[in-house]
Amino acid sequence: MTLIVKKTTQLLAGIVFLYGIYVILHGHLTPGGGFAGGVIIAGSFILLILAFGSEFMNLTREETGTTLTENLAILAVLLIALAGMIVGARIFFDNWLPAGKVGELVSAGVIPLYNIFVGIEVAASILTIFLALVIFKEEITK
Amino acid sequence: MTVYILCFILFLVGLYGAITRRNLVKIVISLSVMEFSVFLFLALIGYVEGGSAPIIDPAKPDALYVDPLPQAMVLTAIVIGLATTAMLMSVIIRIYRKYKTLDIREIKNLRG
Amino acid sequence: MEAAVSLILVFMILGAVFAIHARDLLSAVISCGIVGYGLVICFLLLKAPDLAIVQIVVETISLVLMVAVVLDSTRQEPFTLPDKQGYVNIATAVLTAGVILYFLNLATGSMDAFGEGSLRMAEHYINGAAAKTGSANLVTGVVFDFRGYDTLGEATVLVTAVLGVITILRIRGKK
Repeated sequence: MTLIVKKTTQLLAGIVFLYGIYVILHGHLTPGGGFAGGVIIAGSFILLILAFGSEFMNLTREETGTTLTENLAILAVLLIALAGMIVGARIFFDNWLPAGKVGELVSAGVIPLYNIFVGIEVAASILTIFLALVIFKEEITK
Repeated sequence: MTVYILCFILFLVGLYGAITRRNLVKIVISLSVMEFSVFLFLALIGYVEGGSAPIIDPAKPDALYVDPLPQAMVLTAIVIGLATTAMLMSVIIRIYRKYKTLDIREIKNLRG
Repeated sequence: MEAAVSLILVFMILGAVFAIHARDLLSAVISCGIVGYGLVICFLLLKAPDLAIVQIVVETISLVLMVAVVLDSTRQEPFTLPDKQGYVNIATAVLTAGVILYFLNLATGSMDAFGEGSLRMAEHYINGAAAKTGSANLVTGVVFDFRGYDTLGEATVLVTAVLGVITILRIRGKK
């Protein structure tokens, strides 16, 4: 890509990444949540790969890592849901932390935790799909 | 009522494309058009005239909100739609590498 | 509100018709983007900001994937007159569409009018949800608390789809 695209991407990718984290953390207060924020974070990495090519930061070697992250995140969601059967009212998907005051950042019990782990899972899965395509094209041209 | 009918027509356009087109990419495009129309229909039946977005404001306890349930259904379905589109696309890439065509009439070995 | 959504829907239908009939696959993919981004504006008009945020990013990423596939394979779709099977397909499609449209027209008669939904299901979600879950965003409260099983299933489907993509696209095995 040309210099203009590279420079703009350098300036924008970090902001997009931070916006994704904001959307995930404020998922129980403002529009957004784990699904939206995860897709935005994956979008920032896809922007970097599209602008700088697949050699940048050796991102294509990280495919095993992203797959592992994705599987661990879905396992964490399952474990938090299972913890409701041990700690709280013995119900699967029980909200076992105190609900707190509506409108504060630390509130809503376990919902922010679900948001964070689902966000990690969605980001890792979309990035894995994209990296698999990039690796496939590299192996074809070899 | 015209909104519902137009939404159905969008679905039927996608159905027509999925039945009559012979190109694999066009079939995937038709499938995603059908998907979009279903999302829009679910968002339409949850709308309440004069309602605001379903985010509770403690200062205004009597506000009217739109229905949050169809929105919660569609929210997860959109992300799943991206994953299934990506999977169909990877199948198309492999088929093109093997048969050098996207026309489903020429992919003979797929016949059962 | 109904008029604005109807106008955008007409544009979306035009975009979908052009996407199905375009000769160039790249322009077909781009006009599929008309449908997706029109959906974003509809979501904003229908007071669903969560859906708008997700849809605008998802549409961009899926366009990137589709353009990558089209540029990697062929762009032209050679125009051929439909053969006998093609005419049968077109007749079947038009007949099916007519029948479905007739029954949907009957079904909309018994539905609530647009914008006057009676909120039979959502009444308890709206009135008690914020006090029960502590979440100000009702959609997040429904997704992760009341309908947690549904979300868990969807996340599992996402993982499975990604594993399928990796399996299909792997050429050489790993040691």
